[in-house]
Amino acid sequence: MLTILFDGIAYGMLLFVLAVGLAVTMGLMNFINLAHGAFAMAGGYITVLLMQRLNVPFLVCLPLAFLGAALLGAVMERTLYRPLYRKPHLDQVLFSIGLVFMAVAAVDYYIGSSQQIMQLPEWLKGRTEIGNLGMGHYRLFIIAVCAVLTVLLQYILAKTRFGSRLRASVDDQRVAAGMGINVNIVFLSTFAFGSGLAGLGGALGAEVLGLDPTFPLKFMIYFLIVVAVGGTSSITGPLLAALLLGIADVAGKYYIPKMGAFIVYSLMIVILLWRPNGLFVRQGGKA
Amino acid sequence: MSLAQTSLKQALRMRWWEPVLWIALFASPLLLPAQAPIINETAIWALFALSLDLVLGYAGIVSLGHAAFFGFGAYTAALVARHVSPDPHLGLLVAIVASALLGLAASFTVLRGTDLTRLMVTLGLALILLELGNKLDWLTGGTDGIQGLTIAPVLGKFEFGLDGRVASYFTLTLLLVFFLISRMIVNSPFGATLKAIRDNKLRAMAIGVPVNARLVAIYTVAAGIAGAAGAAFTLTSGYVSLEALSFDRSADVMLMVVIGGIGWLYGGILGAVVFKVIQDVLSQITPQYWMFWIGLFLVVLVLVGRDRLLRPWTWGRKA
Repeated sequence: MLTILFDGIAYGMLLFVLAVGLAVTMGLMNFINLAHGAFAMAGGYITVLLMQRLNVPFLVCLPLAFLGAALLGAVMERTLYRPLYRKPHLDQVLFSIGLVFMAVAAVDYYIGSSQQIMQLPEWLKGRTEIGNLGMGHYRLFIIAVCAVLTVLLQYILAKTRFGSRLRASVDDQRVAAGMGINVNIVFLSTFAFGSGLAGLGGALGAEVLGLDPTFPLKFMIYFLIVVAVGGTSSITGPLLAALLLGIADVAGKYYIPKMGAFIVYSLMIVILLWRPNGLFVRQGGKA
Repeated sequence: MSLAQTSLKQALRMRWWEPVLWIALFASPLLLPAQAPIINETAIWALFALSLDLVLGYAGIVSLGHAAFFGFGAYTAALVARHVSPDPHLGLLVAIVASALLGLAASFTVLRGTDLTRLMVTLGLALILLELGNKLDWLTGGTDGIQGLTIAPVLGKFEFGLDGRVASYFTLTLLLVFFLISRMIVNSPFGATLKAIRDNKLRAMAIGVPVNARLVAIYTVAAGIAGAAGAAFTLTSGYVSLEALSFDRSADVMLMVVIGGIGWLYGGILGAVVFKVIQDVLSQITPQYWMFWIGLFLVVLVLVGRDRLLRPWTWGRKA
């Protein structure tokens, strides 16, 4: 019971790191980006390939995954995404699905369609039992990393100058631009940072979630659930939504394996019917 | 006759090329007998695309889970054929009614919220059905699907043969019937209010259009048509599998509607034909990686502007 809760929390934290970039960019630019998972996949493959082929240590790979995905995100934002901010949502959906298809096929072509296996370092492999709570060390590591990231994100958003610019831009782009905030730079850096986080999440999650070319399609719905249920105006919303989703998913698969993902999807629909803009919407922001 | 009436009537009038197009469509299985199975498949896609166009192009609901209704119809038709009677007419009818009922129930989920919420809810419904189809294996056969169905001859006379000729006429007839119905719907005052809702929901509400009732109605009708497409798939192929409910199917049909042009009923048919040809050519060149080119095509399509791809005469005009 406690073990399930623990695994659920680890899973939820991981989902949060994967999806938080999506939540912020969606809130900021009102852009429906279904290709977010592609950045996560990029991070995952960077890590796996570096470890397998160049024997780079795991801890060095994580920042590299972040940087690689962030760079990719920055380039894509500048070249492809920017012209689409003002287009209708349908265009954005089509465009990002197109990107996902390309990413899936390209990875398949260059690296192969098989599931990638990640060799964890020794010190992350064990398992500790406290009473009836079994904690895998790797999951403990995930929770620790993600918790640090969450605190850091919250700090950046709440206390730094960049954070207040970002919040201003989310609330009302035009007024923010009128106050002398360079909204384009805020967009670019947020997109890059969000993609980087996704890449880091993909690297951390390669062992837990599995990594193969269909990754962006398989987990697209999970990221979207986190964002849709959590709302896009804060990071606490997506955090709670991700934890809820992680625990519900792990518990559902453990207790009622027959129904599997069914519970998660039904829960999502019910929540969205009840609160169409997400569970945790801050009042006052611009819809 | 008032101005509004005249303009509505005018839109309903047949253009000269419309009968020509339909005659060409109906002649195609005779002219290209070897291609009859592909013609049948394309016609099924066209019917499905027609249904999505009603929802997307006329009511403005971005749906990423339209395969839910297609798959539901397909499975219903398969279950009727297996457990009740091999009569294709009965299967078709039950599938249409069942899908329309599902659409009616689901329509209440797309009334509220933003595009993102609708996207999630429609996608969620399709995923739930896919999950059910996978897990309820005593009913749906799980990953194997339902295979080896025997379907009785159409009208008691025409057997669905291996050459696909009867199948293609069956589907083309369905397509024609539902096309005419849709044509009537979108050119009626009802259709005009739908377009008003799509363009500006608040304004439509302000001039007294019952927005929610309209959306429920069109979603139900569209779901029924998608169910018919699903049933046609099952009846003409004799099997159904989880692929009928998959995300790829929802994405593909959306792509077809977009290629052909949304908010234009012939767009679905045109899009289906073009998509099938592209898919055929690409999968012959690169069987494994044609998805990449479809993706690239989508990206370019959006960046160029999708509304004028198949209307070259608008390329010169300013946006």
